[in-house]
Amino acid sequence: MQIKVDPSVIGQTRWCEYVVRFLFGGLITVVAGIIAKKYGPGIGGLFLAFPAIFPASATLIEKHEKQKKEEKGLQGTRRGREAASVDAAGSVMGSIGLSVFALLVWQFLPHQSIWTVLTGATVAWLTVSVLIWYVRKRV
Amino acid sequence: MNQILARFLVGGAVVSAFAVVGDLLKPKSFAGLFGAAPSVALATLGLTVVTEGASYAATEAHSMMAGAIAFTAYASFVSWVMMRYKLKALWVTLCAIPLWLGVAFGLWYVWLG
Repeated sequence: MQIKVDPSVIGQTRWCEYVVRFLFGGLITVVAGIIAKKYGPGIGGLFLAFPAIFPASATLIEKHEKQKKEEKGLQGTRRGREAASVDAAGSVMGSIGLSVFALLVWQFLPHQSIWTVLTGATVAWLTVSVLIWYVRKRV
Repeated sequence: MNQILARFLVGGAVVSAFAVVGDLLKPKSFAGLFGAAPSVALATLGLTVVTEGASYAATEAHSMMAGAIAFTAYASFVSWVMMRYKLKALWVTLCAIPLWLGVAFGLWYVWLG
């Protein structure tokens, strides 16, 4: 299956939906910092992988897919649910890459510059996630 | 106060950027990879290194591994429930948050605590 960029999605998303994701993203970043200050970096670190905007994103996908079907005069509830499920399955693969990201940062941060480590770990996250996705599609 | 505001703005911007990239991509299974992007970590770790030092940030990253494994369990559960039962995405994703908390804290207690 080919990977495509679909810019039409930008027009389907209302500005308040972007604001909601910005607020959730900002809020969890602040909360993770406060938890780390209060309970230590051991507990605070858990929240660096908190599914902060997952509920908002899944709801958005469900809504958009449902709308697309309904515009064609079809019932879109099932399609919306399935699209959210498939997106979540993609996140499972991305979360394995997220573990690799955390492992690399933990191992290399005390010895290398922060920007080198974060760039390398982000590339590793993307590479591992895409590889798993690709293998999963081929099998 | 300035640090909280900086965290909020950087966090909001980074998380939104990854979310928009995910929106633009097709198929949905590929776009879903970006739902588990290290956005909060990228927004947080740079600021943490500046304020608390590299060793503190490395300890956070160590715990983040438990959080990421909990994310795998959470997203797997959400995907399975959404495919199997006629439930709304908002309810499933919110009701499954205790699963993330349970797995993350359980792993932390057993493995890192």
